[in-house]
Amino acid sequence: MRLVLIYLVGLVFGVGISISGMANPAKVLNFFDIAGTWDPSLIFVMGGAVVVAFIGYRVVFRRAAPVFAADFSLPSARSVDLRLVGGSAVFGIGWGIAGFCPGGALPALGTGNPAAFIFVAALLAGMGLARILARATAVRQRTA
Amino acid sequence: METAFTPLASLLGGILIGFASVALMALDGRIMGATGILSGAVFDRRPGDTGWRVALLLGMVSGPLVVLAATGSLPAVEVPVTTAALVVGGLIVGVGVTLGSGCTSGHGVCGMARLSLRSIVATLTFMVATFITVFVVRHVVGG
Repeated sequence: MRLVLIYLVGLVFGVGISISGMANPAKVLNFFDIAGTWDPSLIFVMGGAVVVAFIGYRVVFRRAAPVFAADFSLPSARSVDLRLVGGSAVFGIGWGIAGFCPGGALPALGTGNPAAFIFVAALLAGMGLARILARATAVRQRTA
Repeated sequence: METAFTPLASLLGGILIGFASVALMALDGRIMGATGILSGAVFDRRPGDTGWRVALLLGMVSGPLVVLAATGSLPAVEVPVTTAALVVGGLIVGVGVTLGSGCTSGHGVCGMARLSLRSIVATLTFMVATFITVFVVRHVVGG
């Protein structure tokens, strides 16, 4: 039951991404191309999503716990550090080059478009690389 | 390549994304972030912490098929960049979202909705970086 409901949550997310235009690199890149073929549609995606999530989270967090878990698993990190800012800047550079972000590319896989598969394969390689680098740095710091 | 301005479809899509984020928090207490969900499913694969990720990812991938069933056509995926750009961009995004602990969904929607300072900073940073990159690619290098 839990996994079926979570599947349906993923489905709603995937439908939302699909009709919003976030799975379409041409539309995403045009949102960022104010000096060229600008298409402001995507401001409505983030606007709609953030407003719904802002209100919805307030309702959900009034409960002591989620339906299927003992606690809410919220990020514990609080510090705005170089890793957060640098990583986000790097993400933005890649997003501007490819036109896919992770949440846009995953539903795009369902269209069968080869570009989505190429991007997701490279995305996973990049994630794996960053994890190896992060681990190596952590080890060096610990031994230093 | 021009794309049509679609405020209503984009707003409806955004509302569904927000609704899914709220539903995942209500059901399982999780942040609806594509980066964290994917990397946990592929790399960590902790016992008891993988099934929900796979179920969610399968749902995400099935989204376009629901659109196909409802409208008779798959959602448009138009790619105005080269295969090399997809590979290089994908690698860079993978590194960036891992170091930055999230992407558009996790920071840009869920974190902003929680008024997390980290997520607000992350979102402003990647939005500005993307604007600059697209400007450079299209009007400086490609202009």
